[in-house]
Amino acid sequence: MANVFAFVETRGSEVRKVGLEAVTAARTLADKTGGGEVHALVLGPAGIAAKAQQLGQHGADVVIVVENPAFANYNPEAATATAADRIKAGGYRAAVFSTSAQGRDLAPRVAARLGVSVVTDVLSFDVQGQNLVVRHPMNIGKVIATISMSGTPAVIAMRPNVIAPAQNPKAGRVETAQPATDPGSTRVKVLETKQGNRDKLDLAEAPVVVAGGRGLKAAENFKLVEDLASAFGNAAVGATRAVTDDGWRPHSDQIGQTGRLVSPELYVAVGISGAVQHLAGMRTSKTIVAINKDKDAPIFKVADYGIVGDVFEVVPALTDAVREAKKHH
Amino acid sequence: MEISAVKLAVCVKRVPDMDVRFRIGADNVSVDEAGLKFDLNDFDAWAVEAALQLKDKNAGSEVTVISLGPDVVQETIRKGLSMGADRGVHLKADKVPFDGFAVASALAAELKSGGYDLILFGKMSPDSANGVVGQMVGELLELPCVSAISGLEIAGGKGTAKRELEGAQEIVEFPLPAVLTVDEGLNTARLPSLKGIMAAKKKPLESRAAQLPQPQLTVTRLELPPERQAGRIIGEGAAAVPELVKLLQTEAKVL
Repeated sequence: MANVFAFVETRGSEVRKVGLEAVTAARTLADKTGGGEVHALVLGPAGIAAKAQQLGQHGADVVIVVENPAFANYNPEAATATAADRIKAGGYRAAVFSTSAQGRDLAPRVAARLGVSVVTDVLSFDVQGQNLVVRHPMNIGKVIATISMSGTPAVIAMRPNVIAPAQNPKAGRVETAQPATDPGSTRVKVLETKQGNRDKLDLAEAPVVVAGGRGLKAAENFKLVEDLASAFGNAAVGATRAVTDDGWRPHSDQIGQTGRLVSPELYVAVGISGAVQHLAGMRTSKTIVAINKDKDAPIFKVADYGIVGDVFEVVPALTDAVREAKKHH
Repeated sequence: MEISAVKLAVCVKRVPDMDVRFRIGADNVSVDEAGLKFDLNDFDAWAVEAALQLKDKNAGSEVTVISLGPDVVQETIRKGLSMGADRGVHLKADKVPFDGFAVASALAAELKSGGYDLILFGKMSPDSANGVVGQMVGELLELPCVSAISGLEIAGGKGTAKRELEGAQEIVEFPLPAVLTVDEGLNTARLPSLKGIMAAKKKPLESRAAQLPQPQLTVTRLELPPERQAGRIIGEGAAAVPELVKLLQTEAKVL
């Protein structure tokens, strides 16, 4: 029996879905190794403790809450020190993080401080003998590696959306703790944060992603994509590299080899031809819909459902139909 | 503008072109390299470019390009030199281990006594696709580290960088020396000029054994993911929308 650590990401004063996924993954891992405890660490501003209680529902035996105003935003140095100290003290078999922008930064820092390796973008895991064995996509998802991890703790960062947050109630006893270093006196200082819309779903977490490409012809036509996303209600908006290179959308919206990797329930590609670079970022989506005027566009080779046609005609019709369908639910 | 020479290191990787159908080698744990084209990783090229731009602005600065791997990575280092870097360091290893901690440890051992003001990395390489080495080196050297930057200014012993977060953008300030990893959007990498290529042949390139620790990660199997079944074209134009919505509701069950 070995205990497992989970790092639960927050955004502002909310626990993120990837945080619930991390706890669910840690619970599964603890159960596979004989039923140890799951200890979840939550860093956030005042009030996060109340939100952290729900983690017991997902399988956390202990929830360690560190409240500090500076944790309203991700604080790399203080988060690293606090997580590393806790993991060292807890003697965990494994530590689970998320492969979000935050987790990509944090997990390797914590691992290095503990003197162990880390695998990010983990698709699935299993326990074989003494080792944790994980699957990880390589070569832009064209090759899947099985990797055996011999270090203790084994540090992994799960790909968002590959594990659904599951109900598995445990005690979820809340303990409060202090940051290991003062988050107000880190070497790297945030001078300015340009906050996007906090209510906006993150690309990596959204169940539906609607993405637009050059077929939209101009930046202002992205409104069609935004309207379709809002009709779904649970969708985030993404873009191809061509579009972000042209400045129609910020680089953070780019889905592809050099951008974000997404695997939503539903991916709708609007006016996207389907370059290899783009497919690398979305090919693991569960259902793919493509709308493109060129019937030979490579996107149709990966799409489950395709409509050949003018996006300016098809997308507004689809937006209306989705809105109508949602009404009847 | 204040002019002050800076000592810059850029850690780079030789990676295969991704626009191919990969084959798994006979050992089942490596990619068959026959027919693959290799080049400097894009993210690392942007890191080299960032270092060269700082060198251009600060007379007397020096850019060192470092790569770990078999002898063939010297070609990748030479590419950095032909872009304008001053010297190369090759950390010799039979192959580049998948284990990012092992790689970071060997790089940190090399970088530790180098007296660098700034150590730059690409934020990830598409082959191992783990994206951890830069941040790990930052921790191992106990230096301030900013990952995935898309903007950079250096002046008066400190730097400011821009990072794109999920749903936000941050401007951060950090003291030198520091470790940075570079995202897309920071710059466009220059192409080596013919003059640069000729000059690179005469630039110093040291080679020594990489101090790699015992790896903790072992690739036990590589496989190709199942091909995605090509779906169907439902129809043309807006007339196909009702059928699509029906399929999303009844077949895919996502609506």
